[in-house]
Amino acid sequence: MLTLDTVTKQFGTTRAVDSVSLDIARPTMVGIIGASGAGKSTLLRMLNLLERPSAGSIAFEGREISTLKGSRARGWQAQCAMIFQQFNLVPRMDVVSNVLHGTLYTTGTFRALTALWPEVDIRKAISILERLGIAEQAPKRAEALSGGQQQRVAIARALMQDPKMILADEPIASLDPMNAQVVMETLRTIHDEDGRMIVCNLHTLDTARRYCDRIVGMRKGRVVFDGTPEQLTTGVARDIYGADGTFSEHATSTEIRDRPAAAPPRKAASPAKAAV
Amino acid sequence: MTDAASTSALRPGVTDAYLAMVSTRRLWTTTGILIYVLLFFGGFWIANDRNAGGFWRGLPQIFDFPADVVSEAAENAARLPGLLLEYFPSLIETVNIAAGATLIGGILGAFASLLVTRGLAPAPWAIAPLRRLLDLLRAVPEIVVALILIFLLGGGPVPALIAIALHTIGSLGKLFSEVAESAPLDPVEGLRSVGATWAQRMAFGIVPQVGPNWLSYALLRFEINIRASAILGFVGAGGIGYDLRNTMSFGLGMFDEAAAIFMLLFLTIVIVDQGGSMIRNKLTRGRT
Repeated sequence: MLTLDTVTKQFGTTRAVDSVSLDIARPTMVGIIGASGAGKSTLLRMLNLLERPSAGSIAFEGREISTLKGSRARGWQAQCAMIFQQFNLVPRMDVVSNVLHGTLYTTGTFRALTALWPEVDIRKAISILERLGIAEQAPKRAEALSGGQQQRVAIARALMQDPKMILADEPIASLDPMNAQVVMETLRTIHDEDGRMIVCNLHTLDTARRYCDRIVGMRKGRVVFDGTPEQLTTGVARDIYGADGTFSEHATSTEIRDRPAAAPPRKAASPAKAAV
Repeated sequence: MTDAASTSALRPGVTDAYLAMVSTRRLWTTTGILIYVLLFFGGFWIANDRNAGGFWRGLPQIFDFPADVVSEAAENAARLPGLLLEYFPSLIETVNIAAGATLIGGILGAFASLLVTRGLAPAPWAIAPLRRLLDLLRAVPEIVVALILIFLLGGGPVPALIAIALHTIGSLGKLFSEVAESAPLDPVEGLRSVGATWAQRMAFGIVPQVGPNWLSYALLRFEINIRASAILGFVGAGGIGYDLRNTMSFGLGMFDEAAAIFMLLFLTIVIVDQGGSMIRNKLTRGRT
């Protein structure tokens, strides 16, 4: 379905992504983990054609996409929705308009500029918002919403595109634990109910283990791990992050989970986490 | 997802309310466009009726003047380099007037802007009167101020400089204040927490943030002031404007000289624009 063959991205003298080859045969929820600067974001941005690979090929359902130009490139972008860490909504426009931006590839420029959205699309946008539990926010400006709500608006925009694949670039890195869980569960539900492929950059191991079917570990632009959540042991995680024996994934955990006993003593002492 | 069930009852209400909002918005937009179109055509026909010449009859003649200038300049193309040199000193005088006025107006405008920005002003009660003063400085045309000053002080560059500087205080004070208003106040709060005075807070908390934007407004104003300074030459303030008035009258056969002056002015604006963006880029990049 999605095949990457020795994909490389060079920025000046640094190789952000270095000969990455991956094959995802069917719609899977894939988590990509790795330290900051490991090339996770660049890899995702290349899949969405926000960046072009310096070398290698990216093929989806047998069609090469990394060389698409103009309208065909935009057509691919419409099929491959992207969710960003900082939500990337238009802050001064209302929530429904932001969701309707998901139809921009098929809506004519004149129609979009005059905001003459078809009523069918407006109804669809609001029903997506309703599915994500934020329909009451429909007429508000995007900037008036909390981070978690904004990220759900971004997911609604992605769903409005009716994409074959959803890319999420650290979607929960700016959110508190409660909202992070809502967003991750939303993505998982979309995967389970709609059968869409989801590729998600994450920087907490427990989130990747809990929500993803397959985990890819990157270090310095290369893929150093590719396997199931069960295969991702602490030893493997140390290799991915280039850490030594002092590394403990609980120290970075942001998840609310009923498991205070497993946390190290310092964290367990925090009443806010243990209580939930 | 968890509260999807509780909102499903809400759905028709939310959708209908939003669709109603959309149709109201569209109604207002359509009304606005209609009013605009009516005013545009109405205004045009009224103006055209009262005009001695008439827009459609005059239209073909619009390009007579530029055509004459270009053809005469082309005939005497060989003289052009000499003319450019001849009028260069006048250009320097004009640019000098503009530069002096921009510098004085910019510095005073910067002070004024900090005094009239909500959240920054040391005396909030003074904001409204100071803003009216800036309005006044912008409202009176430069040429009126210059004419009065020329009457009082005699012809020359100083009245023009004062007239343009006054206008610059008014316009840059307003623009600088709008930039300062949108600057984040966190650095100012940080400086207040260490016990800094108002002047110190402004100098270290606001000016570094707004610097590049202020500079680009000041450079745009410099361009506008070069043109204003050239126009004031028409009424006796010296500089290249005086030469332009003498050469661009019909029938004197001096259009080649007028063309040389236009070229000098155009080149000056290009140089100011290019130089300005170079300085601005350095300033912006230097901060990162």
